[in-house]
Amino acid sequence: MDMTERKRKERQLIATTVLALVIFAAGLLFLPILTEKILLGAVLVLIAGALFFTNNTGRYVCKRILLAFLTIFIIAAITFFTMNAIPGGPFSKEKAPSAAVQAVLEERFHLNEPVGKQFLLYLEGLMQGNFGISTKTGREISTTIFDSFSISAKLGGMAALLAIVLGVLLGSIAALNRAKAADRVIIFFTTLFVAVPSFIMATLLLLVFCLQLNWFPIFSTENQSYVLPVIALMLSPMSYITRLTKTSMLDVLGQDYIRTARAKGVKQWLVIFKHALRNALIPVITYVGPMTAYILTGSMVVESVFTTGGLGTKFVQGITNRDYPMIMGTTIFLAMLMVTATLLSDLVYKLVDPRIDFD
Amino acid sequence: MSDYNPNIPPKKRPFSLQLDPAKFEPATDEEKAQQEVMRESTTFFRDGMRKLFHNPLAVGSMIVLLVILVTIVIAPLIVPYSYSGMITVDGKRDKSAKNLPPFTYSKLEQQAIDNGETVFPHIFGTDELCRDYFIRVIYGARVSLSVGFFASLIVLIIGLLYGSIAGYAGGRTDLIMMRIVDIIYSLPDTLMVILLSVVLDQLLGQSLQNTALASIGPNMLSMFAVFGLLYWVGMARLVRGQILSIKNNEYVLAAQAMGAKPGRIIRRHILPNCMSVIIISTALQIPSAIFTESFLSFIGLGVQAPMPSLGSLANSARQALQAYPYKMIFPAVGICLIVLSFNLLGDGLRDAFDPKLRK
Repeated sequence: MDMTERKRKERQLIATTVLALVIFAAGLLFLPILTEKILLGAVLVLIAGALFFTNNTGRYVCKRILLAFLTIFIIAAITFFTMNAIPGGPFSKEKAPSAAVQAVLEERFHLNEPVGKQFLLYLEGLMQGNFGISTKTGREISTTIFDSFSISAKLGGMAALLAIVLGVLLGSIAALNRAKAADRVIIFFTTLFVAVPSFIMATLLLLVFCLQLNWFPIFSTENQSYVLPVIALMLSPMSYITRLTKTSMLDVLGQDYIRTARAKGVKQWLVIFKHALRNALIPVITYVGPMTAYILTGSMVVESVFTTGGLGTKFVQGITNRDYPMIMGTTIFLAMLMVTATLLSDLVYKLVDPRIDFD
Repeated sequence: MSDYNPNIPPKKRPFSLQLDPAKFEPATDEEKAQQEVMRESTTFFRDGMRKLFHNPLAVGSMIVLLVILVTIVIAPLIVPYSYSGMITVDGKRDKSAKNLPPFTYSKLEQQAIDNGETVFPHIFGTDELCRDYFIRVIYGARVSLSVGFFASLIVLIIGLLYGSIAGYAGGRTDLIMMRIVDIIYSLPDTLMVILLSVVLDQLLGQSLQNTALASIGPNMLSMFAVFGLLYWVGMARLVRGQILSIKNNEYVLAAQAMGAKPGRIIRRHILPNCMSVIIISTALQIPSAIFTESFLSFIGLGVQAPMPSLGSLANSARQALQAYPYKMIFPAVGICLIVLSFNLLGDGLRDAFDPKLRK
């Protein structure tokens, strides 16, 4: 592939992404009124793009975004129909309300409609950011999610950032000091930490640093110490990134262009940062999607261990209470985040590495 | 031709290719030695095993796993306590044996010892329901390991069948089958596992009553169902890729020309050639299944109540973390040790048997 064609492909990729993002932004802007129409329009545009784009790049982007839509739709369908399959409605408790009250409640929550209609109503609600009402607390799930998500976002964001920064740093150090003491120590600890599940790490940290040594206070609303939860969440992805960076860094350092750069007399740090690290980081980008999923699910248990009151705590509470609308709402919300993260990391990966073919 | 002398070459004719023996000299001993076979010829399997047993990490993890395996098989035969029942002294339930530290005896047991009876020591102490903790941890490790093995087996069987059909059939069949895999692959697996476990638990719980499967418990069955539904896609992709790369070889064509049926070609000609990659992937699937199981048990979706698993033991130890930290340590170390050993063993197998890494 020659340079001009590559440039053209890159430009087309960027153009398609921008177009898709504009459509999304427009969709978000008109959320309550025009959501369905705009979403439908976006899907139609994407289908048209996937079918009629003459170059592979645009077709790939359209296909990926469509797949993301489809995934979210399937997740919503699975959640809805599995939850519906559970015997006993939300109002069939020991103290059953009178028939009249039950009829009113069913009317209000559309439980008297056929299942297909209920699903359509549910999808309509989802598009407007309405996840239903908790059967235990009676509160709207969307407000619970958005209230508690700020804590989780802060926690997860810090963990992800630290995992990437420290992982890349440690991986580079290990690769540059190959088979020396530093490399051995880093690889020993990262091998160990990959095997420790985040919930075990969280409890052990809580046990040692909060209860035995009293270095950190126990998490409460007045005293928000994020240090331990962040460490518990980030150690495993950090170790993974370290190993990933080390392998790809060693691979890159053996390439001819590194030798050329050194032979030209480029300074050592410049060779490492400009020539080696930039290329070694490409595999790390692909890990961002899975890492988001790992941190989001890991934060469920880590948060409930530290009782941070974030989304994870609420989700685990929902499971314990068998609060089905809560489980449904949180699942779909988290699934959307994960699907978006995977989509973005895949698209960025294709964008930064021109060697990848689009298929 | 009467004056023929074998030592004098016949007169060389012009343009003849006849060689002059005088120009040759006999091989020296050193040169002859080069022709000797220095090393026995070895098979792929034997060479891989040699490499595996020269890898100290892999051998160490094999020893650890073997010790764990022997312990969990033998310990229930030696230790006279059950995982679900209270400790009894002389047939009476011993209510004083509550939350004992390791290697201590309750009042009743102390009396029995003073009377000259032998009481088996509580190696890990006892729990809050007066049950021997050591035997519970042993049974927990049994449950975790068997979940790991059976889940990987399910994944292997489904993935192998699906992947080999898709890969060998090719064309439109492959396209449709792999699109299904793509969609399942893009679902966030841990979330779906949680969701399906919640629902299947409810659904199976009632239909299972008074059947043979009830003893395994609906949670456990739903976990296997979930693994069978979601986790096979990675294996299917791997197998398909392997088959695609092998099926265009000449020996497959030869087998086809001789009239072999597709099933026979896959079984006899293709699968043996990609077995090493599949086995490595299965070995690495086991720790991830154990990981998922302990995660689910930790958030209260794992095995049925009296039956312990390492995750649920860790979860129940959280309630009294400050008072009885050792109850957390034993299952936590157990999970980490098992996952770490399997990871290292899988890495060792990959280094020894993966054709891509072999030099």
